[in-house]
Amino acid sequence: MVTFQFIPHNDVEGLSSAKRVNKLLNVVKENKIVIMEGRLRKEEEADLIEITMEEISPKFKGIELSVVYPDKRKQDFSQKLKGTFANLLLGDRTGMTIIGPASVVKKIEQNPDKIELFTNDNGNGNKKKRNGKRRK
Amino acid sequence: MVKNFFKSLFKNLRFNPFAKRSHVKLGLYGPPNGGKSTLANRICLDWLGEEMSTVSHIAHETREIKIKEQVSIKNKKGKELTFSLVDTPGISTKIDYEDFLKRGIKKKEAKNRAKEATKGVIDSIKWLDNMDSVVVVLDATKDPYSQVNITIMGNLQARNIPVLVVANKVDLKKANMDVIKAAFPQYEVVGVSAKYGKNVEEFYEQLFKVAR
Repeated sequence: MVTFQFIPHNDVEGLSSAKRVNKLLNVVKENKIVIMEGRLRKEEEADLIEITMEEISPKFKGIELSVVYPDKRKQDFSQKLKGTFANLLLGDRTGMTIIGPASVVKKIEQNPDKIELFTNDNGNGNKKKRNGKRRK
Repeated sequence: MVKNFFKSLFKNLRFNPFAKRSHVKLGLYGPPNGGKSTLANRICLDWLGEEMSTVSHIAHETREIKIKEQVSIKNKKGKELTFSLVDTPGISTKIDYEDFLKRGIKKKEAKNRAKEATKGVIDSIKWLDNMDSVVVVLDATKDPYSQVNITIMGNLQARNIPVLVVANKVDLKKANMDVIKAAFPQYEVVGVSAKYGKNVEEFYEQLFKVAR
């Protein structure tokens, strides 16, 4: 069984960078796959990797991370303008961040219009592939 | 007191018109097994006559920051560039000692290697703040769109650090430079074979544009 935990932007918006990263990592360490609305800042992604390394143990091997955001090249002018205003008013909620424990998630791949999350062997030697089609 | 004030001001601005070029720190960054240490050895062999790092097919061979001071290179016009070359451990989001067991390393050594590798990744990230310029070394046979690569690039961009992307292992059939260029169009990309020295002259020419 694989558990996904959705974390809305509101839950992490008011937190400091350190608290935000720790909150996400604590969920991942419970063997859940985090799907967070919005994105971490680049510096926070680096902090996430750094703190993950500090937490590596025989039970926790690390994480798989994938950040999904709209391809602005495919957006017309009005869509880009709407996105910019939305970000200004509501904070950077565009996109999605997926973080899974390395013991559960083998790999996350982004293809143009879908996200493929490969989980580790389930003991039967079968690799499971779970597709999520990205809404345009 | 005035001298110390200007010293810290220029450090914070990341620009010191009075700094000697020899104080330039050039870092080699990238995911594990991309060829950072092989490229570091190529540079040192070409210009100093000696290697600086050990290399291996097993990931996380470099597990601590290694620095070679006063590396001087010359371009075709005879212009000289001197820098400190910093070879860093590959950045990864996961480390499992069992991966090392599969490569024939014994259990105790594998666990030690994993422990050292995690510390190495932490050091690599911390050292980003010390870099004046960075060469990101990617394996040209692998998918460049990994989140680790995107995170590294994003952090370098956020810190305004000049970047040169090296697509390494172009001697291999599966190498695809076009994919690397398409992934990072905002940066100059040079294809090399650090192992065999292919196209390193072009790499050295590009270094003059990036290193400051």
